[in-house]
Amino acid sequence: MKHNLILRVVSKFLIPLIFLFALYVQFHGDFGPGGGFQAGVIFSAGIILYAIVFGTETAKQIIPPFVLRILASLGVLLYAGTGVASLLLGGEYLNYSVLGANQVAGQHLGILVIELGVGITVMSVMLIIFFAFAERGRPES
Amino acid sequence: MIDSLLDITLLTLLVIQAFAIIYLRNLFVVIMMFGAFSLISAGLFVVMDAVDVAFTEAAVGAGISTVLMLATVALTYSRSEDMQEKLPAHKPWLPLAVVIITGGMLIYGTADIPAFGDPNAPAQQHVAPYYLEKSLPETGVPNVVTAVLASYRGFDTLGEVTVIFTAGIAVMLLIGGRRRQNKSQSGDDDEA
Repeated sequence: MKHNLILRVVSKFLIPLIFLFALYVQFHGDFGPGGGFQAGVIFSAGIILYAIVFGTETAKQIIPPFVLRILASLGVLLYAGTGVASLLLGGEYLNYSVLGANQVAGQHLGILVIELGVGITVMSVMLIIFFAFAERGRPES
Repeated sequence: MIDSLLDITLLTLLVIQAFAIIYLRNLFVVIMMFGAFSLISAGLFVVMDAVDVAFTEAAVGAGISTVLMLATVALTYSRSEDMQEKLPAHKPWLPLAVVIITGGMLIYGTADIPAFGDPNAPAQQHVAPYYLEKSLPETGVPNVVTAVLASYRGFDTLGEVTVIFTAGIAVMLLIGGRRRQNKSQSGDDDEA
């Protein structure tokens, strides 16, 4: 679909907005609807749109597969690591209250960090799955 | 009033789409109908004030899963003219009877369900009042859904993230990487 001018122009205009919206959903999930899961899906949707319009090879130059694999594990690590951190600080596993100066600050920080972990993992796993499907049909060159 | 009007409109659209999905044979069109079905379901969730669920449904159901189903169809059919679903060889009576009996039992079951938003329903009596009263002073997060998902039910969410991670690994193992070109089929088979 590289030669479709309208698609190219419109998606170039839309993709930054999609990323911006994903970041908003990610970091505003405590106050409004949304959270890490939705933000990750929206972010990956932006990259998938780019990959569909400009080709998977171009999309892979932005975010190479090995980076995606690292990010996918990093998100889970961030989540589980938050639990370990709260364990080391004297609380129960995933009890964020001990992370901050008081309970509310700790809970807020913990929720922000684990939502970020969820977002990173969901984003990279969605892209891993999409790239796996999109590249399956093509023979090795 | 406006809520029930919206409910009736959206549910009617869902029924029409369900019939269209059954009758259509072109898989590309069917997938697009599935996406629209998810979007309308998301609209229904918004009417029920479940915005977080609606958000997920719109993003995953209408967005990602449509793309993945399209990719699957593109993988399994080499030419776009072939994307016609074949008529099943068996007669529809047995599946139809199963669906009608199950559906009838489900509708019969709804008679006992408490009314939508009923404050005396068991679901509202258990831990929900605690979350509604305590989540803001305890976590400082105004969105109760986020507070429950991320903090009170942190273990569940950790499990969900692990499931997603595992799904990614499984897809990579199964169909990751490119298909090997079959230059000499017999030779490759012997090596394998």
